Amino acid sequence: MKFQLSWLKEYLDTDASVDEIATTLNAIGIEVEGIENAAAALASFRIARVIEAVQHPNADRLRQLRVDLGDGREYSVVCGAPNARTGLVGVAALPGDYIPGTDVTLKVGEIRGVKSEAMMLSKREMGLGDDHSGIVELPEDAAIGSRYVDYAGLDDPILEIKVTPNRGDALAIRGVARDLAAAGLGTLKPWSAPKIASVYETPLRWQIEDPRACTWVVGRAIRGVKNGPSPQWLQDRLTGIGLRPISALVDVTNWFTFALGRPLHVFDVAKVKGSTLSMRMARAGEELHGLNGKTYALTDEDGIIADAAGPEALGGILGGEPSGCDETTTEVFIECALFDPVRIALSGRRHNIFTDARARNERGLDQAMLPAALDAATAMIVELCGGEPSTVSEAGSEPLWRREATLRLPRLAELGGLMLPPHEAEGRLERLGFTVTARGADRLTVAVPPWRNDIAAHIVLDQDPRLDPERARVAAEGCAAVEAECDLIEEVLRLGGLDAVPSVSLPVASPVPLPSLEPKQVRAVLARRVLAARGMQDSVTYGFLETRIAAMFGETPEALHLENPIASDLDQMRPTPLASLAMAAARNAARGFADVALSEVGGGYRDTSPAGQLAIACGLRAGSSPANWASPARPLDALDAKGDVLAVLEALGVPMAALQVTADAPGHYHPGRSGVLRQGPKVVLAQFGQLHPGLCAALDVPAGAVGFEIFLDAIPEPKRRKKSAPELSAFQPVRRDFAFLVDADAPADKLLRAVSAVERTLITEVVLFDRYAGDRLPEGKVSLAVQVTLQPRDKTLTDAEIEVVAARIVAAAAKAVGATLRG
Amino acid sequence: MTDDLSALAASTEAELAAAADLRALDAIRVGVLGKSGALTALLKGLGAIPAEQRKERGAAVNALKTRLEAAIEARRAVLDAAALDARLAAEKLDMTLPPRPTAPGGTGGIHPINRTIEELTAIFGAMGFRVVEGPDIEGDWYNFAALNIPDHHPARQDQDTFYLPGMVDGRRTVLRTQTSPLQIRTMIGQEPPIRIIAPGRTYRSDHDATHSPMFHQVEGLVIDRGITLGHLKGCLTDFLRAFFGIATLPVRFRSSYFPFTEPSMEVDIGWNRKTGELGAGTDWLEILGSGMVHPRVLANCGLDAREWQGFAFGMGIERITMLKHGMADLRPFFEADTRWLSHYGTSPLQTPSLHEGV
Repeated sequence: MKFQLSWLKEYLDTDASVDEIATTLNAIGIEVEGIENAAAALASFRIARVIEAVQHPNADRLRQLRVDLGDGREYSVVCGAPNARTGLVGVAALPGDYIPGTDVTLKVGEIRGVKSEAMMLSKREMGLGDDHSGIVELPEDAAIGSRYVDYAGLDDPILEIKVTPNRGDALAIRGVARDLAAAGLGTLKPWSAPKIASVYETPLRWQIEDPRACTWVVGRAIRGVKNGPSPQWLQDRLTGIGLRPISALVDVTNWFTFALGRPLHVFDVAKVKGSTLSMRMARAGEELHGLNGKTYALTDEDGIIADAAGPEALGGILGGEPSGCDETTTEVFIECALFDPVRIALSGRRHNIFTDARARNERGLDQAMLPAALDAATAMIVELCGGEPSTVSEAGSEPLWRREATLRLPRLAELGGLMLPPHEAEGRLERLGFTVTARGADRLTVAVPPWRNDIAAHIVLDQDPRLDPERARVAAEGCAAVEAECDLIEEVLRLGGLDAVPSVSLPVASPVPLPSLEPKQVRAVLARRVLAARGMQDSVTYGFLETRIAAMFGETPEALHLENPIASDLDQMRPTPLASLAMAAARNAARGFADVALSEVGGGYRDTSPAGQLAIACGLRAGSSPANWASPARPLDALDAKGDVLAVLEALGVPMAALQVTADAPGHYHPGRSGVLRQGPKVVLAQFGQLHPGLCAALDVPAGAVGFEIFLDAIPEPKRRKKSAPELSAFQPVRRDFAFLVDADAPADKLLRAVSAVERTLITEVVLFDRYAGDRLPEGKVSLAVQVTLQPRDKTLTDAEIEVVAARIVAAAAKAVGATLRG
Repeated sequence: MTDDLSALAASTEAELAAAADLRALDAIRVGVLGKSGALTALLKGLGAIPAEQRKERGAAVNALKTRLEAAIEARRAVLDAAALDARLAAEKLDMTLPPRPTAPGGTGGIHPINRTIEELTAIFGAMGFRVVEGPDIEGDWYNFAALNIPDHHPARQDQDTFYLPGMVDGRRTVLRTQTSPLQIRTMIGQEPPIRIIAPGRTYRSDHDATHSPMFHQVEGLVIDRGITLGHLKGCLTDFLRAFFGIATLPVRFRSSYFPFTEPSMEVDIGWNRKTGELGAGTDWLEILGSGMVHPRVLANCGLDAREWQGFAFGMGIERITMLKHGMADLRPFFEADTRWLSHYGTSPLQTPSLHEGV
C-alpha cells in the first residue's frame, strides 16, 4: 500500500522526517518497501523574479533578462521563452543543477555574446508535464528565493508499505498513523463522523437472506447528486498512490478504502432492479458482470449482493457493472457491510480476483465503525456531489466483538526477553487503542479495540489426531491460557523495536556437543565426499522432470504426477536422480563438454509415503579416462561405475567380502554390461553399468556413458565394534602366480572366491592381475592370472607345504569354474 | 726404488690417469695386480733374489703394491662418481610434465548448496543442534494446517504450492513449500527439550532470476523451558557472524508476521548494496524469518504452552550461499553445468569444521 506523507499527517501530528517514519515503520512490523520523492530532483530550483527583460542585442528570438533569486545579486539570463517579460515570477535553476526534463546539468554559458548565469524553467524542463509553451509563471506574491517544491507542495514523499496478513487495520493510512503514534512518533489525531440529517425515506432496503453472505450491513441513498470528476485534491491523493480517478462517487469509496481501511460500494439506485438488496449465496448458473469488465461464473459458496435481476456484487470483493455509478447517476446508494473474512478469501482465490476491498475484507475490518463510516461517506458525497441523504437501511447487527486479554507483566521478560516498566507497557497498549479494564500488581487486563481482529482471536486448533485425548485437551487448554497474552507481548515489544531486546547466546548443555548427525545421516555426506574425491562433481538437480524421461528410468505412478506443474517438462517426481544426471550430461555435451563425471545424492520417488522417498547416491561418467603423456585415454566402462560404487560402500562400512553381484540391473542399463550389488539375496545396495544405448541415443547422452545408483537407505548402519588387534606375522609372506584357462563366460568372481576359500587362515590376498583373451588360446577360453599371497603365522613354509597348497588351489579352481592351469 | 719399480709405478700411474672407464681400470688392475700381473710377477720373483738383497727388495715391492692399490682405488672412486653422474644425466625427465591423473575423472568438488549445509551443521552443531530430515512429498497438515496456516489463510497465496494426487493422512498431498513441517514432525516425534535444524529441498511454483521451483531452506527449532526472544536473537546473531566470518556483522531484528510464530521477526544483516560487501555500508538485507513458536503450533503437536516455549527460524540456503560467495545468479545452481560446478565446487578434503574454520 502506498500513501503520501501529507495524507499520513492528516491523521498523525508529528514533526518526524520521512526517514524517521520509515525506520520506525520497519521496526514495528510495517515494512517500508520504498520511498519515492518526486521533489528530490527539483529541490534546488528556486523562485525567481525577472527584474527586467530586454531584447537580446544579437538574436531576434532571444531575450536578455536580469533575474533576482533572492540572494541579493542579479543574474544575467538569456531566455528564448515567448512569455519572458519584466516582472514575471518563475522558477530558476543555477549552474550545477540537474535539469530532469532535458537530462543535462546546467553550466554557465554565453549565448551570442551575452552571459547566461542561470536558467528560467518550463514545466517540461522540470519533468512536471509536457507544457513547453513558455517558462513557468507563478503569482506575484510567491516568495522570491524560496524552494519551488515547497511553494508548489511537491515535497511530499510517497511511502510504499507491505502489510502483513494479520494486520487488516494497517491497510488504512489512519491505522498506520495509530501505530506510529503508539511507537512514540507523534500523536494520533481524533476522527469522528458528522451527524447526518435524513430528508427522505431510503429507496432501497437491505435484506440478509443468508447470514453466511453477510452479518451486518448499513446503507443509505443520496438523491440529486451530480457525479463528475472529483476535485483536484482528491484526484491527486489517488493518482499519487497509484489509483486511477474514476468519478467523484467512486473516488470517495477509494478514499475510504485507503484512508480508513473501510471499503464501500456505491450502487446507482436507478439501475437497481426492485427495492431490495439482498445478501445471499449465489445460485449455480448465476453470473456477475464485474466492474473490472470480466464476467464470473458464481458458485453456491460465493456470497453476493443481489437485486431482483440477480447478482450485483461479489460482496466485499467486486462490484457489478450493471448497477455501478457513472456520470449519469443522480441517486446513489452506499453499501457498508461486514463479511466473513474466510469466505472472502476463498471466493477471491476461487475467482482469482485481487481488489483493495478483498485485501481488507479477508484480513478483517473494524467491527464497529459501520454507521460512522456511512455517515462520513454520506457527508463527503454531499460535499463533492451535492444532493440530500435518505434514512439508513440496516440489516443484521453489530457482531459481538468485545473481548479482553490479560498480560502478566513478568511474561514480557520470560517470553520476550525484555524487562519493561509496567507504565510503559500500559502506555503502548493504550496508544494502540486498548483500554485498561483491570490492573493488578503484576498484571494488566485490557479491552481489545474493534479493529484488532488479530488480538485474542477465536482459537482454532488443528491438533494431531493421533494425540492421546488427555494430552490434546491439556495442550489446547495451554494454548487458550497463553495465546492472547502472547498477542499483547508482541504488541508491546514491537512498538519499542526488537533491537531493544538484549541478545543472549543460547546456553549449551556442554561445551562439547554431541554429534549433530546420526550415523545414517552421515551416509549421504560421506558418499558425496567419496565421489568428489574420485573426481565426480557433486550436483543438485530438480526433483521433478518430464514424465516421458522419468519413464525411461523407472515407474511413473500417477500418484507422483504433479497436478499443477510449473512447466510440462517438470511434471513427474523422478524415480532416480540418475535421470536428472543423464539430462545434465546431454546438456553439457551440447555445450561441447561431453566428458563429464557428475554425481548427486538426492531423492528418488517410489510413492508418496516417507518410506517411498529414497535417498539415492547417483553418478554418471561419460567419455574416456583422461588421456595423458604416460598412457592413452581409455573408454570408460561399467567397471568404472562399479569402482565408484564399491568405494562408497566401503567408506560406508559395508562388509565388502559378503557383497554379491547379479546381472539383473533394470532396463535403463545395458543388459550385458550392468550389475546389481546385493547384500544377501534380498537387499539391493546398488546397481551400476553402462547406460542403455537406446536411452543414450534418445536423450543425446554421450554413447558409452556409465552410471550407478546406491540406495543409501538400504545400507545397514555400520556396527561400531572395536577392531581386534592386527596379526603382524614375523614370517615373510609367499606369493605364487597361477594362470588359469577358463571358459570365457565363467565369472571371475567365482574363481577368486574359490581360491580364497582354499585355506582362509593362510591365504590373505587373491588378486586377478591379468586377463587374456586371444588367438593363442583355444576357442572360447580366456586366461585369468591370479596372484595368491600366503601368510605363514608360526613358521616359514617349506617348499613341500607350498606345493600342497598350490595343488589344492588348482583343484579348487577346477571344481569352481572348470579352470585348468595354463601350460 | 730401483729403476724397474719406478718404471712400473710411473707407467701404471700414467695408465690409470688415462683410464676412461671402469673396464679400462680393471684391465690395468689385472695387468699389475692380477695372477700374471707385473707386480705379482715381481712378488713371485722375490724368492730368486739373493737373501741379503731380498729384504730390501721385498719391502720396496710391497710398498709399491700398496701405492698402486691405493692409486687404483682412488681412480675407481673418480670413475664411479663420473659413471653415476653420467647415469643420472641420462635419467633426466622433463619435470614440466603434468603428473599422471590419480582419480578416474580429474578433480571433483562439493556443490555450494551441500557445502553450506555442512557449514550450517558445524555451526549449529556447536550450539547443540541435531540435524533432522523429512520427506519432500508432504501432507497438507504438516506443511500448513499444523503450522496454523488454515486453508483460507492469506499466507498460502505467498507460497505457490505444487500438489500431487491423493491424500496423506487424509489431507492433500503437496511438495513441501518450506522446511517447517520438520518442526511438526519433530515435536510429534520426541519430547522436549528440542534443539534441531532441518536443511532440505523445498518447492514452490515460481521461476525467475531470483526464484527456482526447487530450492533449499534450513529450519531451526528450539523448545525448552525458559527460552526467550533474547535467546532467539543471540542464537541467530551468533550463527550469522560465524557463517559469514564477520565478528562484527550488524544484525537487525524487525517485527513481522508468520502464522506459526508470535512474536515474529525478520532478520536483516548490514551490507553495502552497491558493492555487495557484507558487514559494511549502511544498507540492510533481509536474510531470514523467525519468531517465538506460536501457542497454537505447540497445541497442535500436543505440547502445553504453559510449560514449553521456544523459537523457530527458517532461511534460504541459496540466498546465504550466494551472499557469502558473491554469486549473482540463482539459475545455474541446478543446471549441473560442469564449468560452473568446477568453478564453485569445494574440495571434499576441506570439510567445514569449527577448528579449521567454516
